[in-house]
Amino acid sequence: MSNGTFDSAFDPWANLRRFTPARIALGRTGDGLPTDRLLEFQAAHALARDAVHQAFDAEGVADQLCSLAHVIVRSQARDRATYLQRPDLGRKLDAADKEALTAMSCPSKGSHDGYDAVIVLADGLSARALHDHGAALLRAVMERLAGWNLAPVVIARQARVALGDDVAAALNARMVLMLIGERPGLTAADSIGAYLTFQPKPGVTRDAERNCVSNIRPDGLPLPVAADTIGFLMSEARRLKLTGIGLKEDRPPELTNG
Amino acid sequence: MGFSATLGQTLYRFDDLGSLLARASPARSGDRLAGVAAGSDAERVAARLALADLPLRTFLTTDLVPYEADEVTRLIMDSHDGAAFAPVAHMTVGQFRDWLLSDAADGAALAALAPGLTPEMVAATSKLMRNQDLIAVARKCQVVTRFRTSIGLPGRLSVRLQPNHPTDDPAAIAASILDGLMYGCGDAVIGINPATDSVGRTTELLSMIDDLRRRWDVPLQSCVLAHVTTLIQVMERGGPADLVFQSIAGSEAANRSFGVNLAILKEAHEAALALKRGTIGDNVMYFETGQGSALSAEAHHGLDQQTMEVRAYAVARAFRPLLVNTVVGFIGPEYLYDGKQIIRAGLEDHCTAKLLGLPMGVDVCYTNHAEADQDDMDNLLTLLGVAGCSFVMGVPGADDIMLSYQSTSFHDALYVRSTLGLKPAPEFEAWLAKMGVMDSRGRMRPALEGTGAGRLLAGSAPQAGEAA
Repeated sequence: MSNGTFDSAFDPWANLRRFTPARIALGRTGDGLPTDRLLEFQAAHALARDAVHQAFDAEGVADQLCSLAHVIVRSQARDRATYLQRPDLGRKLDAADKEALTAMSCPSKGSHDGYDAVIVLADGLSARALHDHGAALLRAVMERLAGWNLAPVVIARQARVALGDDVAAALNARMVLMLIGERPGLTAADSIGAYLTFQPKPGVTRDAERNCVSNIRPDGLPLPVAADTIGFLMSEARRLKLTGIGLKEDRPPELTNG
Repeated sequence: MGFSATLGQTLYRFDDLGSLLARASPARSGDRLAGVAAGSDAERVAARLALADLPLRTFLTTDLVPYEADEVTRLIMDSHDGAAFAPVAHMTVGQFRDWLLSDAADGAALAALAPGLTPEMVAATSKLMRNQDLIAVARKCQVVTRFRTSIGLPGRLSVRLQPNHPTDDPAAIAASILDGLMYGCGDAVIGINPATDSVGRTTELLSMIDDLRRRWDVPLQSCVLAHVTTLIQVMERGGPADLVFQSIAGSEAANRSFGVNLAILKEAHEAALALKRGTIGDNVMYFETGQGSALSAEAHHGLDQQTMEVRAYAVARAFRPLLVNTVVGFIGPEYLYDGKQIIRAGLEDHCTAKLLGLPMGVDVCYTNHAEADQDDMDNLLTLLGVAGCSFVMGVPGADDIMLSYQSTSFHDALYVRSTLGLKPAPEFEAWLAKMGVMDSRGRMRPALEGTGAGRLLAGSAPQAGEAA
């Protein structure tokens, strides 16, 4: 401090930082960021960028599933650059993979035909999220679905949320749960989003007809809590025969406590 | 009506005016996604050759989005000022570009012309302009608006202080506001994107800022960027609403996807005017736009995303806004893929809005799945500073923890102001000096001992018990 002014890497109101995770009171050198703050930001951005561009190790995720029946598919987006610029292609199954799924579809028997649900593990915008927590979240959800007639687990590359609609249609499943890597932020690059859709119709189903549970990661929404919510939503979706704005996440207190 | 041009040995044909505009547009991912982009660089230039020869008048007789089906088209056509248009009525698009760059097109001439221009004319002309043309022409436009501060005066650059928080925690938001004020930001508006769109929370946040403003006599305006219908209810219940915010787009169907139409905007505008809360002016609206929003809503009518964006400015100018900004890199790489496309779009949006007479600012921003980083934002911020941009965003550390994207920071605002010699709005500048946030040389070097800044920090900081 000199002449009542300052020019330092320290902001005297740094005590305000305890009120918010926002990047306040960073200090300054001249009008710029101090070096440590500059590099702190670059590190967070680098982790986020790497998570977006990291190749999806679908086989590695499959290995974590142990003996669970599964199948690996891909969308019509052939590479990351295409995926990022053509969301329409990321929503459509590769033609050969679609045939393969159709061959595995549940045979129809009367009005209660088809699988109860199919669960899809998809890279989305963060392969890292699936590498780190995909299999664990899947197991936690399946533990809450005792007695369900589930399709083989589908692992999908270069996938958008709506790819699940194609998957459910091909497999003849009445509900699809997409566990998909969310767009990385500077705070977290390993979040999974869960999207639940009842009787999806490829190319027709709107976002308002889905339920979403987001920010699933150990330091965000913990996996067991997320699995409870997802299990509840799936049971309710089966009972009410719908998802979307008509299906609310609010559980009765006894269920929340139980 | 078809168009054609020959480049080399090849004759290129364009079926209609909409496809001619789309093919002439600089390359970007959103137009490819829509299937309207030029198939090659040569086709793009051929389209520009044909466009350059097109009379400007063509846009007064061709409705790119049908007049009967779209209230934005009706607004554009019905509010066109033929007398203002007269000085350029004989020109082609190419001649109009030349005129814009000429000495004849000074600030007064451009201001007088604005009501005579339609969005489609301006969009078409911008497709023939290089980045330096967009900067040079925008710099000549002067658009000044007022509420409690003056936005857009020459040599000034204002900043929206954006203190967002994932759960709208008032203590966290207050901490970010104080940080921003100490960096000389907030003269455009203190504007919060709420996590929850509710009347109660919006009123609570507005009241918090209003208390701060009154207690410390800060010349500023506040806004919670909730839906316009939420703000109407806040105003009905007597909440301290300075500005009404709404996201808008360039077609009736796209605006419908935002849950608004011209009648709702008019109702909100009149309600805000009736409160008479402005001290030095009555510009009470704040709009956000961004290329790609119409396509995202499947409401682009086969047009390119930049033409649709400029049509949104016709909606904005009908309500004499205090602030308009494009959120240029927020929408993602499927619309603007990389730094080059984001920079180009930011300069286009700024220049075209200024030509139409709007107080245009830019949210210089990107997401983590775009091919862009802080260096690209530095470039765009600097270019916009040179172009005379009305305002930019100030987000703590450039990291918006609620919306999960990166914008410009308080530090970035200091950088561009000091590097280009730009000052805050004069009313706010006087307050910064009085409080001791700004030193005698105009630098933001807050002195805290025995100053207003020190008392502000001590008196308005959240208390420990308020921590979430």
